[in-house]
Amino acid sequence: MAIKDLPREECYLPGSAACPGCPATMALRIMFKAIGKNMIMVVPACCTSVIESLHPKTSFNVPVMNIAFEAAAAGASGVEAALRIHGNKDTTVVAWAGDGGTYDIGLQALSGAIERQTNFIYICYNNQIYSNTGIQRSGATPYAAWTTTTVSGKTEFRKELGEIIMAHHIPYAAQACVAYPEDLYNKLKKAKSIKGSKFIEILAPCPPGWRFPMEKTVEMGVLAVETGAWVLYEYENDKVTFNGKSKLILEGKIDRKPVEEWIRYQGRFRHLFKPEKDVKRLKAIQDHIDKTWELYKEKYL
Amino acid sequence: MSSVMIDTGNYIAAKAAVMARPDVVAAYPITPQTTLVEGIANYRDTGEFKGEYICVESEHSAMSACIGASAAGVRTFTGTSSHGLLLMHEMLHWAALARLPIVMCNINRVVGPGWNIWADENDSVSQRDTGWIQFYCSSNQEIFDTVIQAFKLAEHEKISLPVMISYNAFILSHTSMPVYIPEQEEVDDFIPKRKPLWKLDVDNPITFGNIILPHEYEKVRRDMQNAQEYAKKLIVEINRDWERRFGRYHGDLLDLYKCDDAEYILVAMGAIGSESKVTVDNMRKEGYKIGLARLRVFRPFPGEEIVKLGDKADLIVIDRNVSIGLGGAVFNEVKASLYGKSDAKVYGYIAGLGGKDVTYGDIEKMCKKVVDGKAKHMEWYGFEKGGV
Repeated sequence: MAIKDLPREECYLPGSAACPGCPATMALRIMFKAIGKNMIMVVPACCTSVIESLHPKTSFNVPVMNIAFEAAAAGASGVEAALRIHGNKDTTVVAWAGDGGTYDIGLQALSGAIERQTNFIYICYNNQIYSNTGIQRSGATPYAAWTTTTVSGKTEFRKELGEIIMAHHIPYAAQACVAYPEDLYNKLKKAKSIKGSKFIEILAPCPPGWRFPMEKTVEMGVLAVETGAWVLYEYENDKVTFNGKSKLILEGKIDRKPVEEWIRYQGRFRHLFKPEKDVKRLKAIQDHIDKTWELYKEKYL
Repeated sequence: MSSVMIDTGNYIAAKAAVMARPDVVAAYPITPQTTLVEGIANYRDTGEFKGEYICVESEHSAMSACIGASAAGVRTFTGTSSHGLLLMHEMLHWAALARLPIVMCNINRVVGPGWNIWADENDSVSQRDTGWIQFYCSSNQEIFDTVIQAFKLAEHEKISLPVMISYNAFILSHTSMPVYIPEQEEVDDFIPKRKPLWKLDVDNPITFGNIILPHEYEKVRRDMQNAQEYAKKLIVEINRDWERRFGRYHGDLLDLYKCDDAEYILVAMGAIGSESKVTVDNMRKEGYKIGLARLRVFRPFPGEEIVKLGDKADLIVIDRNVSIGLGGAVFNEVKASLYGKSDAKVYGYIAGLGGKDVTYGDIEKMCKKVVDGKAKHMEWYGFEKGGV
């Protein structure tokens, strides 16, 4: 599916309250195009609860239920049960949450909903921070990144949420990135066609949170994939398949770029370069990615 | 036509919930609520319960799932107790602010630490500001009748608020009593299918619960208060309708017993409320002019009815709860209701916390101490040397 062939209809209406260059809005547009109007969306506290805009207006042309921070998957379970009892098999239930609401506070409800085989798509748009509350550390924040609660840089590596989700033997899971809209669209389309729980995580480079200029959102996403800091993959029938450039890297057809090429553009890593280069931490980041890819090769090649 | 079922409060509540035909039940087990959810699961397997039963992974998710289902327009029910109710706290507010008519049984149990599973009303009393309508029952028949009535009340277009039905751990939850069960058709006729005021609907997409500015938010709160005020009237109407159809009446907001000529009136909820009837009968035999106003409805609080009681009698309030730093919750709300409107004296006792037994004899001692002029304004029963 080429960009020009995507459905023209927009459920994401003009006049939202998003920041300029916001990756969540890019993901929302593609998601609405892929799922269509026959959906019910459940949104916990996250940037999207602001992007929706002010009551009594809305920037989404689908029914939306806002719910508490940790409650997206459980709330969606209720919506899904209500649809099922009425014999409605056509409407797709989508839980749409940030990384804070998924990796951290909402993980229990998400695990429960997947274990119960809830028929829904859970989408995590991952900007690697609590951005709506002003850039605090989350379980998805990468090592050494500055946030307002890790002012000298985070001292731990991010959680491998995908592995946790796959441990549920979910019918379909995928990782995508806003920089690759066709790939994201195809994954959403596939998720919609599968019964049971589906999980899609979308890397969403956040200009104010990562400290890069607003016109660089796509570039930051591309570099995340090209450096191997983020992976595009699908998980289906207990099998992982890498996609796009991640597949080419895995198969050795292209080289992974050094991670510095991604992080040097981001103000959240500035302390690794100024006043002098923090060789130790830069090496730790690169080593971690290298080690992760060794594991990928063992498991998925 | 009705049949008689002899069973525990929890199984009676499960029977009532299933006869109300909820579309979705989402629940998590906790002692002493467990037999309630087991009862519903059993009805699912026998085919008597035809709705969806979601076995969630926490009470927080139980209430969240009920919220999702109720927002999608269907009838929902759940049950919990103690720590489960406290874990739900955030979502109790959410359900009420979203104006979702969820019905829930709460089995009043002690809050830890230390671990203790007996009767104590601090769990639900501490949810009084969430916007839920709160009933307290004193018999299994009252549990059955109130659960059915609660759906009618909650789903009424002028209410659209969640309703909590509380009853004491073990004293009711695990004690068998005979209960009249109406025919399914009679229940269906009393509570027809839910007609939601709004719902998540793909043909009419709305965004519910997005950012709201102060003035609009304040209106939401004011509307909730107005709905609870209206509930005071509607609860009485529903009771009359129920009495006409089924011949049973458990009292309105207050269940008044021998209050007409009373010089002293006991005010208590739940199991202490029913135990107090025995005290009243015994003391009446001794010539005491005493009555009982059992508080059936804690929210909305029946302030006007309390004022009427205060016109002719002094009040003795027994709380199986305590708002630490102030005192018994009912005691203080009774006093607030009377302020500037009545000269009645009010005496408060805190008794039965942690599931401590409160017998009719204990209640008699409390009352006689008041009549003898020896009672303090407020005291903890059973802590003086040599008793009261």
